[in-house]
Parts: sequence; structure tokens; C-alpha cells
Amino acid sequence: MIYFWAFVVGGLICAVMQLIHLHTPRLTPGHLLVGLTVAGAVLNGFGWYDALIKFAGAGALVPVSGFGAAITRGVLQETQKLGWEGLFTGTLEFVGLGIAAGVLFATLAALVAVPRA
Amino acid sequence: MAAIAQRLGQYTVQLGQPPRIVGALTLMAPREAAGPMGQYFDAVVDDDMWGEVSAERAERKFLEQAARRAMDQAGLLEPDVDVFLAGDLLNQIVSSTFTARSLGLPYLGIFAACATSSLGLGLAAILVDGGYARRVLVATASHYQSVERQYRYPIELNIQRKQTNQWTATGGAAAVVAPPDQGSGPRITHITFGRVVDWGVTDANDMGSAMAPAACDTLLRHFQDTNTTPGDYDLILTGDLASVGSKLFRTLVERAGVTLGGKHMDGGASMYGQAPWAGAGASGSVCSMAMLLGYVHKEMAQGRYRRVLALPTGCLHSPTTWQQGDSCPGISHAIVLEAG
Repeated sequence: MIYFWAFVVGGLICAVMQLIHLHTPRLTPGHLLVGLTVAGAVLNGFGWYDALIKFAGAGALVPVSGFGAAITRGVLQETQKLGWEGLFTGTLEFVGLGIAAGVLFATLAALVAVPRA
Repeated sequence: MAAIAQRLGQYTVQLGQPPRIVGALTLMAPREAAGPMGQYFDAVVDDDMWGEVSAERAERKFLEQAARRAMDQAGLLEPDVDVFLAGDLLNQIVSSTFTARSLGLPYLGIFAACATSSLGLGLAAILVDGGYARRVLVATASHYQSVERQYRYPIELNIQRKQTNQWTATGGAAAVVAPPDQGSGPRITHITFGRVVDWGVTDANDMGSAMAPAACDTLLRHFQDTNTTPGDYDLILTGDLASVGSKLFRTLVERAGVTLGGKHMDGGASMYGQAPWAGAGASGSVCSMAMLLGYVHKEMAQGRYRRVLALPTGCLHSPTTWQQGDSCPGISHAIVLEAG
């Protein structure tokens, strides 16, 4: 069943963002990327996004809102251990992996691939 | 006594002894050659990067090769040309400048975005008719990848395109303009330089709509100054408004009480036919130049058109002004080409 909900929830998030992209000439793809990340981070401030991940799995994890939620999760976990310093130490706690992997694989791809029109 | 140039109405110049396009060369990439206009281009390069390491270098090569081959076609060498007039879409019009470095000719760099063709040909005609230059080489080029990087995003980012987006044509085109006794190509008889018209379009993905009011403005002023109507021309070629901008252009012209009949054609809407990947159609400074020197020039030679009013259009914004929320100022410079 989680496969079904992953499909529906992931698809819905993407469909909403696609509609925003099509109907807002002044918003750049960068705005949308950051907007969805912040939305995930804010929702997880209430613990809602982690609940959605439990419900829809990859459907909530794969969109960049899942990345935003992971930032908040890391910060909340670290602040429980360290207090306010957790705001800084926890930011990259769970997303560091994604960032490092992104940089590494992008570099590898750039070494072997040439962009074409 | 030889006829001398005179001004008509408020903004139009009528040339005294209309100079001719004695050499014209279009050098395009595979996508452009595969479209409905492909048969009108003089040469096609198989690879749009033309063996170069960057799109900017490729664009430069298209510009330089088109310029050199246009001179060849006119049977001229560098010392025979007095002025090189060129423009493109990159910052500081570098493709033109680097070509000028290589040609070693006196260089006048011009910028009118995608209206570079008519600005260049118009200025060349004025220089020749006034006796200030014997022969002028006019060239422009654009490249899909370099222009995407300049105005929007590098294609490596793979940003989704919109239906109103236009696809920058890749290629170079050049012409030699000379006094009328030096050849048999089309004559440039009238020029109406355009005003900057800005109706506040802030959508950088819809340049056609930003430029259409400028094309309409120049068209109406040209008709008024020359006391002509669409019936006096065999073709009214705008470009590159593409499909979205063309529709707006026709609506605006109709509202002003002018009936274009079947005379209107748009370069941007014609270059790729209805190809879905092209969005609304083509753009790029080479687009209108290739339409003039490829399509119009060759159809005139065949006798299909005798008198053509060309209205290339340009969007004069910069990526910085757009990001800061400013709208796209449009411009359109008109020239009239006559066969024989």
C-alpha cells in the first residue's frame, strides 16, 4: 500500500509545483526549489512532514521538501543534545550525505558527459 | 543629377541611390537546416558546436565564417571592404568583436538584440548611399547554447522550457552592401528606425509579446511616413515574434485599422515549422538575418517577391534588469527591400 501512497503523494507535490511553475512568470526555478525546501523544513517544525514520510515513503522523501524536512529534523535532534548550538551543528546532520553525494556525482558526470542542445 | 537621400515623414529615410546586397551568405546548424527554411540556406554545418570547446567559440566561428564567405561570394577581399558592422547577443557583443579582430577591418559594433539584422543593413545602406563607405560587410550570429547561458540558464542546468519560450537559432549570416551598380541583389530603398516600445511585459519566457508592440509601432509609422499600405508590399516579414508574439502583433495592427491580408509572415514562427521542442518558435539575432538573406533574398531572385517590408524585432533587456523586476523594452527597425 505504501507504494500506492508514495506514487500519489509524490505525484501531487510535483503536480502542485508544476502548476506554480506554469502560472508564475516571475518565479525562477531557483525560487521554486528554495520554496519547496523551506516548505518541507517549516512543516517538519510541527513534525508533520515526518508523519507524511511515514505514510508515503519515497513519495515524500524524494521531492526536495524531504530535504528541507531533514534539515529541521537534524536541528531538532541536535538542540535536544546541545541546546541552541544544535541550530548550527544539526543543519547538515542528515543532509550532508545528500550534498556530498551530489557534488561528487555531479563532478564525475561532468568528467564524462558533454551537454547538448 | 544623381538622386539624393531624403527624409519622409517623421522617421523614415528614403535612400537616393538604393544600395544593393551584393553578397549574402547564411551558414546554419542542423536544426535550422532541417526546418522548412532549410532549403534557403547556403551552407549547413553538421555539428552545432563546430568542433569547438565552448558554445561561445562556436558562435564566433559561425559569425566569422559567414562574414568571410559573404565576402568570397561577392568576390571581395578584406581591402575591398571599408567597414565591418556586426552585432550579436552576448555580453559586450564579443562574437562580433573577435571576428573583427580576425578580419582586421574598421569595426562598428552594434546592438539591437534580435533586430541586429535590419539595424546593420540599414546603417550599411546609409553609409554606402552617403558615400562614406564603398562596401560594408554586415554580419551577425547566435547560438542556442551561448544565448541560453547569457539570458537564462546554462543548458547543463536542464531547466524546463515553457510553451511561450522561443528557441534561439544557431548560425551565422552576413551580407555585403554596395552601390547599386556593383551587383544585382535586392536594393535597400527605405529605412524606418524604431523607437523603444515597452508595454511592461516582465515575463522573460515570453519575448514575442514584449516585442510585438514595437513591431506594430514601427509598421504604422512606416506606413504613415511613406504613405503606403500592406497592398504596396509582397511580403511583410516580422521577426522573431514567433507564434505568441505574431498573434498579438496581428491583433494590434488590426485594431489600428490596418488589414495585413495574407501578407504577414514571421521569421520566428517559420524557422522550425511547428516543431514541439521549439516552443513558440525561433529567435536569436541570426534568425531574422537568415530569413532576409536566405528566404527573402532567394525568393526575390526567383521573382516571387518584388518588394518586401522587413521588421526584425529585438528585446533590449539584460538578465540583470529582468532579475531586478524591470520589463523588456522592445524595438523594431524596418527596412524595405526591392528586387531588380
